[in-house]
Amino acid sequence: MVSPVEHEDPTSVADGGSSGAEETTGLATAVAHREVSDTVKDVVFRVLDVSVDYGAFTAVRDVSLDIGCNEITALIGPSGCGKSTLLRCFNRMNDLIPGARVRGLIQYHEQDLNSRHVDPIEVRRRIGMVFQKPNPFPKSIYENVAFGPKVNGLKVDSMDDLVEEALQRAALWDEVKGKLKQSAFSLSGGQQQRLCIARCIAVRPEVILMDEPCSALDPIATARIEDLMIELREDFTILIVTHNMQQAARVSDRTAFLTAEVDPESGERTGVLVEYDRTEVLFTRPAEQRTEDYLTGRFG
Amino acid sequence: MSEVTEAVDLAPSGATTRLGNIAFKWLLVACVAVAIVFLGALLVDVVVKAWPRLDLRVVRNFPSGLPGRAGAQSAILGTIWVVGLTGLICIPVGVGAALYLEEYADRDRWFNRLIELNIQNLAAVPSIVFGILGLGFLVHGLGLGQVVLAAGLTLSLLVLPIVIIASREAIRAVPNSIRLGSLALGATQWQTIRRQVLPAAAPGMATGAILALSRAIGEAAPLILLGGLTFITFNPTGLDSPFTVLPIQIFNWISRPQAEFKVLAAAAIVVLLVILLTMNSVAIWLRSRYQRKW
Repeated sequence: MVSPVEHEDPTSVADGGSSGAEETTGLATAVAHREVSDTVKDVVFRVLDVSVDYGAFTAVRDVSLDIGCNEITALIGPSGCGKSTLLRCFNRMNDLIPGARVRGLIQYHEQDLNSRHVDPIEVRRRIGMVFQKPNPFPKSIYENVAFGPKVNGLKVDSMDDLVEEALQRAALWDEVKGKLKQSAFSLSGGQQQRLCIARCIAVRPEVILMDEPCSALDPIATARIEDLMIELREDFTILIVTHNMQQAARVSDRTAFLTAEVDPESGERTGVLVEYDRTEVLFTRPAEQRTEDYLTGRFG
Repeated sequence: MSEVTEAVDLAPSGATTRLGNIAFKWLLVACVAVAIVFLGALLVDVVVKAWPRLDLRVVRNFPSGLPGRAGAQSAILGTIWVVGLTGLICIPVGVGAALYLEEYADRDRWFNRLIELNIQNLAAVPSIVFGILGLGFLVHGLGLGQVVLAAGLTLSLLVLPIVIIASREAIRAVPNSIRLGSLALGATQWQTIRRQVLPAAAPGMATGAILALSRAIGEAAPLILLGGLTFITFNPTGLDSPFTVLPIQIFNWISRPQAEFKVLAAAAIVVLLVILLTMNSVAIWLRSRYQRKW
């Protein structure tokens, strides 16, 4: 454990070298593992001064960041900091919330996602989403995976092969190959979530958005999903919202820390981006005091 | 000593409290018994009275002035025609209206709220009012005449609110996560409704629709206005045929002076009940067979 004296010294983490930082966060040892460039090189999303309003209430304010191709980007922060709201901007899911309005610019491969000429259906086909609670369709396992390709009119030689491939990539095939016709509800929670990932992969998106995908799962199921994310990184760009700092540290290449600023008059909580950096840096040498406080468990 | 007196009192409470408890329970049992006993007595009475005439003549023969030769075939087929047509009209319209209200309508708009309020009220309007509407608007206004089509349309209007309300409940029971999951895969709203919401809501909708048709099958009042109370000795052959239906035929026979017609009426009631109970059993079966746990 860290002594209280160290906590009170704001410079101890930044200046204390890697060993001190590891001690402070207790997470650095878990940080993965592959070379990540200092700045995002291959930009998939460029987010510029994005704010999201629900009616008169601003849920997220002035967020700017770049999301890199084939990277896992984690959005972390305390409850109510708008990380899920921000995530929903990337596939226009905020369109479905009455009263929601997105301001600022989100570019997807240099195209304005919120332009009038962009069809949200097309956006969602390319940018898939996995939800917090597994939400399989009340259909068979096979139908769950085949649904996306069918509604998108994907030209495939064999739907069976496509279903098998998607299930294999979601590391679920071996568990379900004998019972594809059974209801998706016969699966366990962790299997259902991998089915939802398979369903998403089957549409062959470029990006997968994950909104706290493990929060309803036990630790073993969580570990399987995390392994899966690291495998999927080879082919997909992944954005993950997570409550779980260890999870962000384990799987992500870059981490954005958001927090909620409370308006002293109205008491409304508005999410702001505090810090965005390589995961390793953010967890070991955070530049902002607020990040450090959060990582060390002093609030949130 | 003092320890003993301070002990917690776990002895049974006073006799009055206990008696009140038991009395209340039996009062409730009595309430249930009233309903069950009267229904049972009614059923037994009808079947016993109908027994001598409960044979194939009821379904094979047509109405006749001679009680020995009279039957209800034209009324049974009339019921099937009218209620079948009612189902064909009110189910698609009702499901469509429910889908609009649940999936498309913006609840903040005043006219959508007005529509909602109206549907709830329409379900409580006396059926005779629909009969008057049918007579004035369909039979005379549009000049349809006193035929199967006018009857089917009138009964459709009558039970439409029930179908809409039941369908809306069924649609609302489909979790939103299913819709979001479907939309997030790039499905359009129509694809989501057609391939996720409708199949998931279908059992609930079917149950509601059958219960609505059960109501339609027992209606006599509005159809009397639409010309159902006539001496029909032939089966309907199309939408433009004159018709009669079972409840009206029963009403007709009961109001005759001859005792034999009363027996015949009882037999027709048994036929109507069998049709009704069959429909309700299908509804119950559907409900339990396709009950979903999300």
